[in-house]
Amino acid sequence: MSKLTSLFNEKKHNLLSVFFTAGFPKLNDTEIIIKSLENSGVDFIEVGLPYSDPLADGPTIQHSSSVALSNGMNLDLIFNHLEALKGSVKIPLVLMGYLNQIIKYGDVKFCQRCKDCGIETVIIPDLPMIEYESHYKALFAEYNISNVFLITPQTSVERIRKIDEMSNAFIYVVASSSITGAKGEISEKQIAYFKRIEQMNLKSVLIAGFGISDKSTFNKACEYMNGAIIGSAFINYLSDNGSSTITKFVGDILD
Amino acid sequence: MSYFVDKNGYYGQFGGAFIPELLHPNVQELEDNYLKILESESFKNEFRDLLDTYVGRPTPLYLAKRLSEKFGATIYLKREDLCHTGAHKINNTIGQILVAKHLGKKRIIAETGAGQHGVATATVCALMNLECIVFMGEVDIKRQAPNVARMKMLGAKVVPATSGSKTLKDATNEAIRDWIGNPEDTYYLIGSVVGPHPYPDMVARLQSVISKEIKEQLKAQTGNENPDMVIACVGGGSNAAGAFYHYLDEEKVDLIAVEAAGLGVNSGESAATSQLGEVGVLHGSKTILMQDEFGQVTEPYSISAGLDYPGIGPLHAFLHESKRAIFMNATDQEALDAAYELTKIEGIIPALETAHALAVLHKMKFEKNQVVVINLSGRGDKDLETYIANLKDE
Repeated sequence: MSKLTSLFNEKKHNLLSVFFTAGFPKLNDTEIIIKSLENSGVDFIEVGLPYSDPLADGPTIQHSSSVALSNGMNLDLIFNHLEALKGSVKIPLVLMGYLNQIIKYGDVKFCQRCKDCGIETVIIPDLPMIEYESHYKALFAEYNISNVFLITPQTSVERIRKIDEMSNAFIYVVASSSITGAKGEISEKQIAYFKRIEQMNLKSVLIAGFGISDKSTFNKACEYMNGAIIGSAFINYLSDNGSSTITKFVGDILD
Repeated sequence: MSYFVDKNGYYGQFGGAFIPELLHPNVQELEDNYLKILESESFKNEFRDLLDTYVGRPTPLYLAKRLSEKFGATIYLKREDLCHTGAHKINNTIGQILVAKHLGKKRIIAETGAGQHGVATATVCALMNLECIVFMGEVDIKRQAPNVARMKMLGAKVVPATSGSKTLKDATNEAIRDWIGNPEDTYYLIGSVVGPHPYPDMVARLQSVISKEIKEQLKAQTGNENPDMVIACVGGGSNAAGAFYHYLDEEKVDLIAVEAAGLGVNSGESAATSQLGEVGVLHGSKTILMQDEFGQVTEPYSISAGLDYPGIGPLHAFLHESKRAIFMNATDQEALDAAYELTKIEGIIPALETAHALAVLHKMKFEKNQVVVINLSGRGDKDLETYIANLKDE
């Protein structure tokens, strides 16, 4: 059983995930960020692989990616950092990156390195379901890697059912039709959408993301979802405060 | 072998729709409808009428006598430079604006590099009274001030792309991000045979009017609709796709695609994607793109802003891989020289992009009766500053 599945078996509410871009703000911050997040009570972590052309990301994550790349971050280095942490980090780590990075690195080599590092879950925003089924499903299964799919307010009911069937980690519920980025509050329209998804009684764990930025938006999302992911707001915090006071950021949310 | 898109949106291993789930409904809507619209009588009539009366089609197929004499072949120029707004780009924007109207979209977004596609989009939006937002790299906005002014005069809003390298690829990223944020009322009017399926096929079909006319005109002028060779420049590849389209299955017709070598293919300052690129995913399509060892997209270079793109359309990636087309390239200097040459001996100032296609004439050997068609994709007015700056005193 994967670490993520064990987590979801034990805890079904208020799951907090935090996203950060590997190599930001400093090249070698991966360890301190992951350990600080774990120690402050985050349930699982999304490690972003910095990419030159992150289509689904807003300005904050784009900026963190270009800083990370100019710091010299690359996929080899990320895997080395993660492998070194393998024994000491207990909470699940999820890799989030764009497909071209994986194609260039080599699909098989990528999977092998994930396995070496104890990575069991990936999010590849530009890998659509149809391509996943025909080109990646079997390979990922061979390496015990689960792929996370996204759904949005525009995703049809039929498609959500299919995604639910295919998911074995969680469903990433995109809170609004937009790119990533902190927005401050959750609208009535979003709540109606969360309710609609909640009432579908899907088998998968539902984690909301995009626009979750603080205690209030996190709690609101958790009324309907199993948990939520905070990304851009954390990147902004790192930009302003560096990596030494992460506990305070998480504390303010879980307080 | 078929060179046309298959039912899954692929050309061999290239193509597809590698898009975030956020774009799925938009792209699916287009995929479900584009052929129905393109093949409907009402679309065909409107498109043909606007091409004839607004764009100025058919464009002439001109036998360039002095150029032919110089190279010892029979060289025809397909005069896309005479289209309204100065290039082939408007064939596509006229077609897509009609598609957008059929889909009931109210807001049009587009990306642009040098500004030619932006101008062609702003033009058709003015024509159809639709809101127009053009994304353009901050660097390109500075380099291409006259086209920015033209777009504004046409009523378009020009939004600077400030991410990444602040050029065409980033303008494309920004347009896609805008589309993600406005999934219901917005139509993304892509300027080349790139992007997720069905864009490459739709744009190729809309530009295919070029080779359809070449066939008819060549038949009328020579008795044979097939030349020995068709030459076109390739950035993303829309003018080449249009010029090749009706010849793809005529295996006896050589197809020559010319890329921009910049300062030289191996100089580190080049846009010769087929020579320098590898298989990957760019802007929603599996194709050949320029990238580093970790799959980060690299920035191409060419003197011509229209060829300055790190990928090529999936059709061209397949034509390259299958060797159906021969890929050649020309440097900045070779293109400039070819532009001066055509201006002097034929009285036609070509766009810098087109000049790359002309430049390869110097790299080939011809027989006298060999019939060559060069797609003269655009006119050089927009490049006068560069031409004047590089003109050597005689």
